[in-house]
Amino acid sequence: MIRYIVRRLLWVLVTLLLITFLTYLIFFVMPPVRPEVLFAGKQPTPELVAEVRRQFGLDKPVLVQYALFVKRVFLGDEYGWPGLGFSFNTRSALKPIIYERFLVTLQLALGAALLWLMVGVPIGILSALRPRSIFDRLAMGFALFGVSTPVFFLGPVMLYVFWFQLGWLPGTGFYSITKYGIGTWFVHMIMPWSVLALAFAAFYARMTRGNLIEVMGEDYIRTARAKGLPERAVVGKHGLRASLTPVVTMLGLDLGGLLGGALITETVFNLQGLGNYAVQSVFSGDLYAILDVTMIAAFAVTLANLIVDIVYAFLDPRVRYT
Amino acid sequence: MADEGIAGSVAAPGGGDRPSTIVGRSPWQIFWMRFRRDRVALGAGVFLVLLAALAITAPLIARDLVHHDPNALFRDTLNEIGLPKVGPSAEFWFGVDTSGRDVFVRTIYGARTSLLVALLSTGFAVVLGILLGSLAGYLGGWVDTVISRAIDLTLSLPVLLFSIGIAAACSIKAEGCLGGLIQPGISLVTAIIALFTWPYIGRIVRGQVLTIRNKEFIEAARAMGASTGRILLRDVLPNLAAPIIVYGTLIIPSNILFEAALSFLGVGIPPTTPSWGRMISDAARGQLYTVAWWMLFFPGMALVLTTLAFNLVGDGLRDALDPRTQVTG
Repeated sequence: MIRYIVRRLLWVLVTLLLITFLTYLIFFVMPPVRPEVLFAGKQPTPELVAEVRRQFGLDKPVLVQYALFVKRVFLGDEYGWPGLGFSFNTRSALKPIIYERFLVTLQLALGAALLWLMVGVPIGILSALRPRSIFDRLAMGFALFGVSTPVFFLGPVMLYVFWFQLGWLPGTGFYSITKYGIGTWFVHMIMPWSVLALAFAAFYARMTRGNLIEVMGEDYIRTARAKGLPERAVVGKHGLRASLTPVVTMLGLDLGGLLGGALITETVFNLQGLGNYAVQSVFSGDLYAILDVTMIAAFAVTLANLIVDIVYAFLDPRVRYT
Repeated sequence: MADEGIAGSVAAPGGGDRPSTIVGRSPWQIFWMRFRRDRVALGAGVFLVLLAALAITAPLIARDLVHHDPNALFRDTLNEIGLPKVGPSAEFWFGVDTSGRDVFVRTIYGARTSLLVALLSTGFAVVLGILLGSLAGYLGGWVDTVISRAIDLTLSLPVLLFSIGIAAACSIKAEGCLGGLIQPGISLVTAIIALFTWPYIGRIVRGQVLTIRNKEFIEAARAMGASTGRILLRDVLPNLAAPIIVYGTLIIPSNILFEAALSFLGVGIPPTTPSWGRMISDAARGQLYTVAWWMLFFPGMALVLTTLAFNLVGDGLRDALDPRTQVTG
């Protein structure tokens, strides 16, 4: 088990190196915006452009630049450890900005995950226990709508209905707990959470239903019934346990994916999270910011993958790692 | 599958007292028999055919029926501060947007963009996925390692972020990137979407190939001296048809949403080409939908209904092709 974890951690490292290198290739070799031109002013002289390139560390060959970037991440830079570099826009350290943005994304992702689990999984279970009932048909119809409705349409629609027309909920923007108190924070997060959670809830309901129906057809369920266990125990102890392990897998992967920034939800609701920041950075050519967010996103996904696989071994006794 | 079809025709009372004749059915006949009974999927399929017809005839409808060009600006439909004042009406069925353009005409033109990009990118992704997935599964060894790792890596990339970066980088110069192979606009978006969706098909194909690679009929083909290419094409691929059709169909709706998301973020499709994602983003910018709800509602509903229809057809195909599901009236 320990060897397995070590091997997987090494793979996480390799993935991170590959992904950051890919990012380097995409954004530094063919940058969407040429930063030295952008930050050297309106009428840059060639000397000024060269000076900005030198300041930004863009004058060295790409491989050297990349090696320096990796070195700074591991050994730290003038702004401390890990070395995340500086923003071309503000010429200040990225670490505090990234940290603050990450906290916003974390609040959005965790709240939404809680919501979609509380809604999606129970609906899936109830549907699976009464397949083809009216509840099942309604729930699955709703779930299909959920997976077909994108956040960038649902978000504005919810805003139109609950903020503009009914006035039940406040509009866009992030209001932190520390500054505005828990109540203001909460009401401003209700819509972002719900909008982000809907598609996931729908997907989880479909997945839970599918898994549970399949498990309930297994022989050991018949055995459990035959030995006289009450239906509650058959479903609760034998059915759910096997059918919820894939849900745990998906939860890890989805959460991992969201921690790198829920780009569209953050854009729609004007939340200052990582995703929002990354989009701005792409359009303004702030290369180190892009690199940092990509790295965090990739780290979250690969780490989530690893955690899921380890948790799996505890949940499912059939899984053995060597 | 074949057994089930024959059993079904035996059980059905053929005609009065005479014993029914046993008719063999091909797997596709059985599939069609089962799919036909799924009313919802069939309805969704009809909707998609109508939508495709609407998309193909959009220029004719715009020119001869509505008499509005998708990029024609009707300035008199805007109020003093430049906001649209004409909602759904006899002249403008879906109202006008902030530039005074006809939302109905742009919505049916948007169907062209959406369907074209989604179908093309899914096609490329499926071809690439079949090719790399079957090579990985069949050959094994280092080929499998390289392809599988490429799949894992692509799936753990922050997809939207990379897409924006590539799209923005390839749109700076008019000739695009890769030496002019990928031009800004529809071909760029198609390429990006295909690049990030082939791993889903590749992974499924690889898994399927792994399970049938060691079956006797493959071994027989190999013993008779068939080449790898021939075995893959004649013996392996036909057995993969069902999962590829199902997953391919289910990837179309997610690619429709992918294109819309890129357009919503303002990359890829140029602003003059009508696309649902960009229309929604126009409506959302500065909360314009509070003034002109129709700018948000019509392209948004077109997007949701199209995605829903593809999902329904995909589910229907899966049920019809999977011998384990019970099809009831």
